[in-house]
Amino acid sequence: MLSIKNLHASIEGTPILRGINLEVKAGEVHAIMGPNGSGKSTLASVLAGREEYEVTEGEVFFQGKELLSLSPEDRAREGVFLAFQYPIEIPGVSTTNFLRTALNQVRQYRGQEPLDAVKFLSLMKEKMALVEIDQKLLSRSLNEGFSGGEKKRNEIFQMAMLNPVLSILDETDSGLDIDALRIVSNGVNKLKSDTTATIVVTHYQRLLDYIVPDFVHVLYKGRIVKSGTKELALELEEKGYDWIKEEVDSTATV
Amino acid sequence: MSKDNQILEDLNSKEYEHGWSVNFETDEAPIGLNEDIIRWISTKKEEPSWLLEWRLKAFKIWQGMTEPTWANVKYLKMDLQALRYYSAPKQSKKPKNINEVDPELIAIYERLGISLHEQKRLQGIAIDVVLDSVSVATTFKETLGKLGIVFCSFSEAVKEHPELIQKYLGSVVPMTDNYYAALNAAVFSDGSFCYIPKGVRCPMELSTYFRINAANTGQFERTLIVADDSSYVSYLEGCTAPQRDENQLHAAVVEIYAGAHAEVKYSTVQNWFPGDKEGKGGIYNFVTKRGICAGDHSKISWTQVETGSAVTWKYPSCILKGDYSIGEFYSVAVTNNYQQADTGTKMIHIGKNTKSRIVSKGISAGKSQNSYRGQVQVMKRAHNARNFSQCDSLLMGNQCGAHTFPYIDIANPSAKVEHEATTSKIGEDQIFYCNQRGIATEDAVALIVNGYAKEVLNQLPMEFAVEAQKLLALTLEGSVG
Repeated sequence: MLSIKNLHASIEGTPILRGINLEVKAGEVHAIMGPNGSGKSTLASVLAGREEYEVTEGEVFFQGKELLSLSPEDRAREGVFLAFQYPIEIPGVSTTNFLRTALNQVRQYRGQEPLDAVKFLSLMKEKMALVEIDQKLLSRSLNEGFSGGEKKRNEIFQMAMLNPVLSILDETDSGLDIDALRIVSNGVNKLKSDTTATIVVTHYQRLLDYIVPDFVHVLYKGRIVKSGTKELALELEEKGYDWIKEEVDSTATV
Repeated sequence: MSKDNQILEDLNSKEYEHGWSVNFETDEAPIGLNEDIIRWISTKKEEPSWLLEWRLKAFKIWQGMTEPTWANVKYLKMDLQALRYYSAPKQSKKPKNINEVDPELIAIYERLGISLHEQKRLQGIAIDVVLDSVSVATTFKETLGKLGIVFCSFSEAVKEHPELIQKYLGSVVPMTDNYYAALNAAVFSDGSFCYIPKGVRCPMELSTYFRINAANTGQFERTLIVADDSSYVSYLEGCTAPQRDENQLHAAVVEIYAGAHAEVKYSTVQNWFPGDKEGKGGIYNFVTKRGICAGDHSKISWTQVETGSAVTWKYPSCILKGDYSIGEFYSVAVTNNYQQADTGTKMIHIGKNTKSRIVSKGISAGKSQNSYRGQVQVMKRAHNARNFSQCDSLLMGNQCGAHTFPYIDIANPSAKVEHEATTSKIGEDQIFYCNQRGIATEDAVALIVNGYAKEVLNQLPMEFAVEAQKLLALTLEGSVG
């Protein structure tokens, strides 16, 4: 589904990603872990099409299409969803209104009729239950005055509404207490299917107790330096990142 | 940043969609401005002598005045002697009802999306339409007449309700008020008049639609709304003009009188031709609008969505004379390309326990300049006056300007006056967030701008709100509609 080949990207001339290779197949959950500043969030942003990052080398194929040549909105319409680490506030625009605009543009791109108000509301009701979100929150201005947990829950609610093929969760666990973490993870798990895939970007192993990954990759200095199964995440939790850093840095000097 | 520039370029590429004009036979005054022209207009309109005297007095006053220069706008002064002060579509006789109106005129309004056929109007809005200098049609007159409501052109009111006109004309905006108000008093040609009798709640929205068609013609209409005690009316005003290279002058006067317990809601969607993207042409919109809450517990509410005109100079105001009276001003002013707007309000608290509320949302794009100018004045005997003002500015790009000039003048220590102001930019991260959910950039801008202006748009009657939202999007969004 997603094939990243030798991806290099920089911001304002500073290289951040230095040759990422990653294959993600339908039905899989991949966790991207790594110490601060290793390039995890950059990878998520580059896949979503954030302008500040310049791709200097490499290719990304998403369902056979060259992802990097698509505009950010077309990537979204093709089915790439990014759950933001810091969701953005839009004053005066309710989540409901925002999502209706988004969903209908996605549907139009896919040659589907726009949803009428009744159908849209019933879809909302169905998805609201998934992330235990309150309808009152959805009629308020998007993310404005939301608590950290409410913002993250709202991200997953949007994901449920837009029904993406590939979901990228960027540090979705940051700022969540244990109850919110459980609710958010439950939502993500219920949305998983054989035809969709998930990339979970996280600093801590904690989230992976709830969203169990098929593969764990460690990102360091802009490269994937170690890949494994969920046991790797447990090992990282126990031993920290220093042993990996040492391993990488010593081979680099040899 | 490159994306920012791209958005701005898109914005600048939007053309004005009402920029056409129609050729039909007109009845015109000779070019120029002098006493003879004023007499010509008055004779043409078969006016009583008191009105001619009133005009001539205004003309004398105007001659002694100079054009104001305090507004934060720059423009080439107009040669007022080179203008035509009266232009009317030729009709063999005055139409009695809509079926007698020249079909060509009706076609113009159909093209603007305004149907004058009463049976076609499901929304229940009565419309008076003013083309260049005269009112061409008023709908739903009979329905309203049964309730004692008068809604007609100004000229007709002069003939049929002279006592009302004589009582209220110039009572809120005196001819001495300012340069443009004096000019209007001297040469005004037509406009709308509305009278709501005691205790009557007007069952439909009343609306006037203004259109400048002829070249080199100034439009000087006058609107007078009188809401007698305990009555209610909601009034809408819309306007467009053809696209022309030269600047055209629009200097209107609106007066509102509200008796005890009366309420008047006045909404404007102003879409005069703003000039092209190099700043050529466009309407000079120099308008005086004022209402008086004359009776206790009365209320006047101004809502305006200003998207057009090359230069706007406009301060819809409220004189809060009655005790417990309320004045409100809700405004969205959008400027793009080389447009300049200096707009705001005056709230003058005279009565006890009077309240006013000001919500102003400026949006500047391109190389435009957008100023809010507002005055809150609390007079000596206005005990417990309250004012809340909120002035927000939204900037798009880095070549435009937003300015705020609040004046606060308090003569009673019990007054409570609050002023809040913010300035923000549409963030790239907001646009990216929308993009990531599948929303195209121009729609993202529309969404963000409409969200920003929501508090004001919510004040508009439903049908108008939808139109205003579209207009905001169109003004700002570039060629994609």
